[in-house]
Formats: sequence, C-alpha cells, structure tokens
Amino acid sequence: MSTTAEAVSTATSPIAVEVEQVSKIYPGGVEALHDMTIQFPKGQLTSLLGPSGCGKTTLLKIIAGLLPLTTGRVTVNGVEVTGPGEERAFVFQDFALMPWASVLRNAAFGLELRGVPKSERNAIAEKYIEAVGLKGYENLYPHELSGGMRQRVGLARALAVDADVLLMDEPFSAVDEQTRRKFQEDLLDVIKEEGKTFIFVTHSIEEAVYVSHSIALLLPRPSRVSEIIRPDIDRSISPDAIRRDPVYLDIVERIWQGLRSYVE
Amino acid sequence: MKIFGIKIPMMASLIFWAILWEIVGQLELSILLPPFSHIIIRLVEIVPTKMFMDAFLVTAQCFLAGIAIAITLGIPIGVLMGRSIVIDRMLLPWVNMFLSAPLTALVPVLMTLFGFGMKTIILTTVLFAIWIIVLDARAGVKNITPSLIDMAKSFQASYWQAFTKVYVWAALPEILAGMRLGCIRAVKGVIIGQLLVSVVGFGRLFELYSSNFLMEHMWALLFVLFFFAFILAEGLGLLERKFEYYAAERH
Amino acid sequence: MKSFFTHPLTLRVISVVIVFSFWEYLGRIPISPAFPTFLETMAALWEMITDGSMAAVYPATFQPLLIGLFISSFFGIACGIFMGLNHRAEWFGAPVFIVLQSAPLAALIPLLTFAYGIGLTSKVLTVCIMSMPVIVLNAYSAVRHTPVTMIEMGASYLGSRWQIVMKIVIPAASPVIYAGLRLGAAMGFIGAILAELLITPTGIGDLITYNQSIAEYAKMYAAIFSIMVFAVIFIEILERTEYIFFRPDKRVSQ
Repeated sequence: MSTTAEAVSTATSPIAVEVEQVSKIYPGGVEALHDMTIQFPKGQLTSLLGPSGCGKTTLLKIIAGLLPLTTGRVTVNGVEVTGPGEERAFVFQDFALMPWASVLRNAAFGLELRGVPKSERNAIAEKYIEAVGLKGYENLYPHELSGGMRQRVGLARALAVDADVLLMDEPFSAVDEQTRRKFQEDLLDVIKEEGKTFIFVTHSIEEAVYVSHSIALLLPRPSRVSEIIRPDIDRSISPDAIRRDPVYLDIVERIWQGLRSYVE
Repeated sequence: MKIFGIKIPMMASLIFWAILWEIVGQLELSILLPPFSHIIIRLVEIVPTKMFMDAFLVTAQCFLAGIAIAITLGIPIGVLMGRSIVIDRMLLPWVNMFLSAPLTALVPVLMTLFGFGMKTIILTTVLFAIWIIVLDARAGVKNITPSLIDMAKSFQASYWQAFTKVYVWAALPEILAGMRLGCIRAVKGVIIGQLLVSVVGFGRLFELYSSNFLMEHMWALLFVLFFFAFILAEGLGLLERKFEYYAAERH
Repeated sequence: MKSFFTHPLTLRVISVVIVFSFWEYLGRIPISPAFPTFLETMAALWEMITDGSMAAVYPATFQPLLIGLFISSFFGIACGIFMGLNHRAEWFGAPVFIVLQSAPLAALIPLLTFAYGIGLTSKVLTVCIMSMPVIVLNAYSAVRHTPVTMIEMGASYLGSRWQIVMKIVIPAASPVIYAGLRLGAAMGFIGAILAELLITPTGIGDLITYNQSIAEYAKMYAAIFSIMVFAVIFIEILERTEYIFFRPDKRVSQ
C-alpha cells in the first residue's frame, strides 16, 4: 500500500475523488475489485490503466454511481456516492448517443433531463459543441458522423452539464488511430481550459502516458493498484515532439515491462 | 420471477393461467369456457379416435409437404437474390408484397384451380411460409463477410462450390431463423387452408364440433394444435440458438 | 447504358411486365376455365371501380379491420411496454403471448362465431386475435432489449425513471414496435378477409365469393387484386408514419 501513500505525498492539489477500501463482488461470486484504495487529485487527469480483467471499468462505474459497491466507500468532494450525481458526468465507450436525436439535442440531453428550459440548454450545448470542434454539425444525426465526431458529441454532452468530475470509459477505443491522436491533443486543451477533474479508463499505454497527469497501474487477480506513475513530460512542446521525447518513450517502456507478464 | 428467493421459470406462469381457467370454467360464466379439467379429459378421450388421428395425419402431411416445398424453393431463391443484384431488384418487390398481402384472399383462387382437397391446403401452406424463408436467406447471404466471398474466389471455387460450401453455411443463422418463422407461418397456413376448404382434416372436425356446439371437443382440438405449434416453434428456436455462435463470430 | 438496365426502377418495371405478361399468357392457353387473363381482370377491375360496386363494399371490410387494428395496436403496445418494464407482468404475461404467437389462432374463429354471432363483433375479434400477439411481443422484446449503456447514460445524467422510459426506452424501441405493427397489420388483413370468407360474406369477401359462385372469374380476380394492392399500400403508409413521428434521423437518410 506504499504506492497509495506516494500518491498523496506527490499530489499537489486537493483530492476530488477518494476511493476507500472498495470491494465489488458481482452476483454469482466473481470478485471484480478487492479492497481498493486510490485518490484522484482535483483539476488533473488520472488514468486507470491495466490489462483486461483488472476491474478498471468496474471501478469507474462505481465512482459514477452506476454500479453498487459491495464494501468500502467512495466520496466525491467529501460527499459519499450513493448513485449518479450532478457533480459527475460520464463519457461512454460506445458513445451512448440517441440515434433519433440531432447533435444539438444529444449534447443538451443532460440538461434536458434536469429540466433546463430549451433555449437556455441549447445555448449552453452550442457553446460546448463549438468547444469540441463540431460547430456547424448541430443539426446532423449521429449516423451521419464518424466515430471520432460521435465521441466529441459525447464529450460535449458531459461538459455541458458542468460537472466537476468527468468519467471517461475508454472513450477512444471505438475511434480510428488518426482521429484518436487528434482527439487526444484536443482533450489536453479541454483539460487546460476547463480545470475539471478527469478520470480516464484506457488499455493503451501510449494514450495514458500522453494525456495523463498521473497513471494508476491496475493489475488483476486480485485486482489492485500496483503503482502510481506521474509522467513528468514537458507539455509546452508540440504534440509531435512529445511523442518523440525520450522521457515519454522511457515511461511507455517501463509500463510495458511491468504489464507484459500479465499478457498471454 | 422469484418467490422466496427461488427463481421460477417463466413458462411456469402458464400453470397459473390454467388454474384461473379452471376456476372461471367451474363458475360457468360463459358457455365458451368449459372448465380446464373437462377439456383435458375430453382431449384424452378424442385423441386416440380414428377420426382424430386421420385428421391429424392429413394435417401433418399437408404441413410437411408445404414446408418442404417452401424450403427447397425458398432458400435457393433467397441465396440467388443475395448474390445477384439484378435478380434481387426484380424479385424483392414481389417478396415484400406477398409478405404483407392478405393471403387468405388467394385461397378462393386456389380452390377454383385445384379443387377442395389436399392440393389447395398444401399450396396455402407454401404461400404462407415461403416469403419469409426467401427474405431471411437473402439477408443471410447479404450479411456474409466480404472477405469470406473473396476467400472463395481467391481459391478459385466454382459457382456451385461457392454456393454449397460457403454461401449456404455462412448464411446459416439467418436461414434457420427464416425456417423457424416459415414453420410458424406454415402452421397458420395449414389451419387457415383447412378452415376454408373445410371438408378435409381438422377442417372437417372444426365444422363438426362447431355445428354441434361441442365446446369441450373444440378446445381439446385447439389445445392439441397450440401444443404442437408451440413445440415446433421452440424446438426450431433451440436449433437456431445452437448456431448463434456463427453470427457472433461474424460481427 | 448499362446503368439504365440495372437501375432499380427499370428492373422493377421489367419484372412487373414479365409477371403480368406471363399471367396473360397462362390465361390465354387457358390453364383452366376459371383462370382469366390479366387484361380481362384489369377490364373487370375498371368496370367495378367505375360502376361503384367496389366503393360499395370497401367500407364493410374496413370497418372491422380498422376497429380491430386500433384495439390491438393500442392495447398491444401498452401491454408489451408494460411487460418489458415490469418483471412481474413479464412473468405472468410473456409466456401466454409466446404461445399465442406460434399458435394458429385462426382456429378460434368457429368459437368466436358461436359466442358472438355472425356480426361485427366476431369480425373485430378475429382481426384482434390475429394481429395482437405479434404487436405485443415486438413491443415487449424491444423494450426489454434497450441497449444497457443508453439506460446507464440516462441514469448517469440523473434522468428519472419516467424520463428514461419516455425519452430513451420508447424512442429506442420504436423501430421494433413499428415492425410489430406492420406484421400485425398484415395479419389483421389476413384475419379480416378470413372472417368475411368464413363467418358471413360481407365486403370484399362477399365480392369474391359471389363472383366465384356465378363464375364471373375476372371479377373475382379483380376483387382479390384490389385488396392485395390496398393492403400493401396501407402497410407502406403505416411505415412512413414512423419516420414522421419517432425517427427524424431516418427521414434524413432517405
């Protein structure tokens, strides 16, 4: 558990989300999480990285309040999680856009469910549609967009409700490689501008190193946090320079060495 | 549903409905609903009679002949439609039309052309079953992964080889689904045919029971029909699920 | 030039011409004295339309059909959605409709006639029993199989149960519900004609059986032709309404 202590000591900002000794046993007896403790600092992006079966999506859904936990507790801004809440917004792996609704209505849907009047919620949604680079696409339907653009709508929907914490479940796994790179770069801008806390599930080492302030390395059987890595990359240089930066490449290599024994 | 933490299979609720039926029947609320138990007793009584068995055999013959014709014609037509865009565009409007057309209106035509016998009933069965079989076989072939077709071509399969060794098998999940739906429709077709022809098979029994107001006999007959139709549909559904891994692999 | 011959519309016209020419040819052999040619049938159809005999019978056919379809759609969809949302209702209701869907319910017609006579009620009920099971089961399974992430999405953005059902579950289910309505309408037409042929000849069924009995085969075929065309158009219109009311996205792609 020394790694957790390290996270606390190196974290420069206050804690937004705190997971304390959480276990999750699915009906049928499968243990997805075992006594997991981890903290997520405010205003930063923390990745949950690990091989499949390490429980990273389960943990994210527990934080989101979509799954009940078996034991332990999760607090967001000091308040215990008992279900979904206004201070958290979720970005789905398969986008979860409504095919019958336009980009604008999809982006405004979180606000629609909260009963925000139509003109007001559309104005907010339009602002975020622009922020994610989809200005001019407001009246198209999801099936007319590419995978990357659909996920931008999903991100705009999450930003529009103005939650403190954004939970992203492998948001780029259904997006092709070129689009994904551009999207990752844009995500860094959004993080800088919005100053929100991001929790990001991924199975791509490069992606985690590129976008994260810190990476929680999760290992399976039993599911646990094995290490917290803080990629100390100079983000002022250009995206392409980062990808060639020796520090970046070293961290990618180090994580791969740690994970390779878990890959068949 | 769970009672005291024990999961009770869904089909068990039919027992509940049977009990409810018995109660309503015992109360003699409607001449239409004799008690469930009386129907079962009557069922045991009439099923072994020669008249019933004859009617059953005629129905089974018509059904099997009809579904056999529908399958042997329907699958090749569907596969052809899936492979050839010209054939597809020429036939698809007709298939869609017959799928939603009131086929009962065609039975009088069959009766004038083929008489009041088994031929008309078999053709009615074919007419009810074939269109969905064609449509599903077509959909199955259209869903084949293009690389599988390229594979057959790159290994220089002849058209016949490609048809029998690749297309039919690759489209199997949809073809089976079509056959199941076709069978369900065929059961309806064979009964509707007999109701309208009304001098052979169960058609004659319907006529006999309803003109003599034999409610219990009527229900007993209906139960036998419903039972066989259900077993057939579920059995084919089971077969279909066995091949589901096929479809799962494709996506 | 090649694209003109493989154009869908060209091929459709060619296919219709081939089928009707073949019909004409079979009628001229003739394969049976009871088999009129295509042109004779069309002439009879024109005659029946212009002398008003067609217009006189259609209301009688449509009355039980529309009442029956309305009842089955309204109660069928409500019942199906309820079963899809409520586990207890599912446990009690779903098996009954699963059995009824595979059952040849046309066999109930003699019972209905016995109980309700030869009037409108029996015919409406015939339409209902034929069309209801498929409508119920489609609505039920569509609601039951709403994509899980869509519901999670609604929950994570704090949608109430009512909001999730109205804004997510029902629109997501609407294509399958409509497919059920289409199949139900087709079965309803089958039932309506069956009732007219079996219970008492009225409407278009009367036109068919009467002309058959006096050996006016061209007129009999014309009546059948007209009801088939009518059914197809009716179901086509039904399909269009889905795009208008529920799925604007499909209208865009058309």
